[in-house]
Amino acid sequence: MLKLSYLEYRALRAHGEETYPHECCGALLGHATPDGNHVSQTVRAGNTRSDRAHDRYNIAPEELIKIQRHARGLGLDIVGFYHSHPDCPAQWSKTDFDEAHWVGCSYIITRVNHGKSDVTNSFLLTGMGEDDKQFIDEAVEIEMAPSQTEKAQAKG
Amino acid sequence: MDIHIPTPLRAYTGSKQTVNVTGATVGQVLQQLTDSYPELRQHLYTPEGKLRSFVNIYLNDDDIRYLPGKESTPIEESDELTIIPSIAGGRYF
Ligand SMILES: [Zn+2]
Repeated sequence: MLKLSYLEYRALRAHGEETYPHECCGALLGHATPDGNHVSQTVRAGNTRSDRAHDRYNIAPEELIKIQRHARGLGLDIVGFYHSHPDCPAQWSKTDFDEAHWVGCSYIITRVNHGKSDVTNSFLLTGMGEDDKQFIDEAVEIEMAPSQTEKAQAKG
Repeated sequence: MDIHIPTPLRAYTGSKQTVNVTGATVGQVLQQLTDSYPELRQHLYTPEGKLRSFVNIYLNDDDIRYLPGKESTPIEESDELTIIPSIAGGRYF
């Protein structure tokens, strides 16, 4: 199961609306645990596929290296990535599968329907490598942070 | 020098995220890395010994594929190598 705070969930869905009708992309930083990847932070990345941004995405390796450095500085790991599907189902495509190489990582896909994010799914890339890799559906648990009002009430 | 290992390849480095190796060139430290962790080799290279197309290796901020000296580029202890598989996809075939 993938765990993600409501704030980060909202942030990655908002990203897809901002870049619509183009695909957005970014990384998920956190920790891999025995019961799944826990995301502490999402990081936006640029889509280098300006030639076909409506149906392709790519994160420049230079940017990935910066993201990895940033994660290391925070004591976090890259545990996954997210991208959007403008007016297309929140399911992985053949291209997504062929281009997925981060085994053990979660790949979140959000459908942005007429400019509005609706369905968000996560797929865990499993296997030992290129020959037997597989995407499996992964439940997403959204952790609700207490609102300011609730915090104030808790203080009494 | 330090070689940073990405999450998916740590299964082959005993969970280490950074491996320290010594060598005079990019090629030598990579050789030392795969000698220490032989299972890593097939994930980095094709059976013909070419770096897999989706695997990027950066010396500091430069892709080693585009270094003028390629794998014979000399390195210093303070340099860093980062292995980073690519991230890409798209909504249609
Ligand atoms: Zn996709």
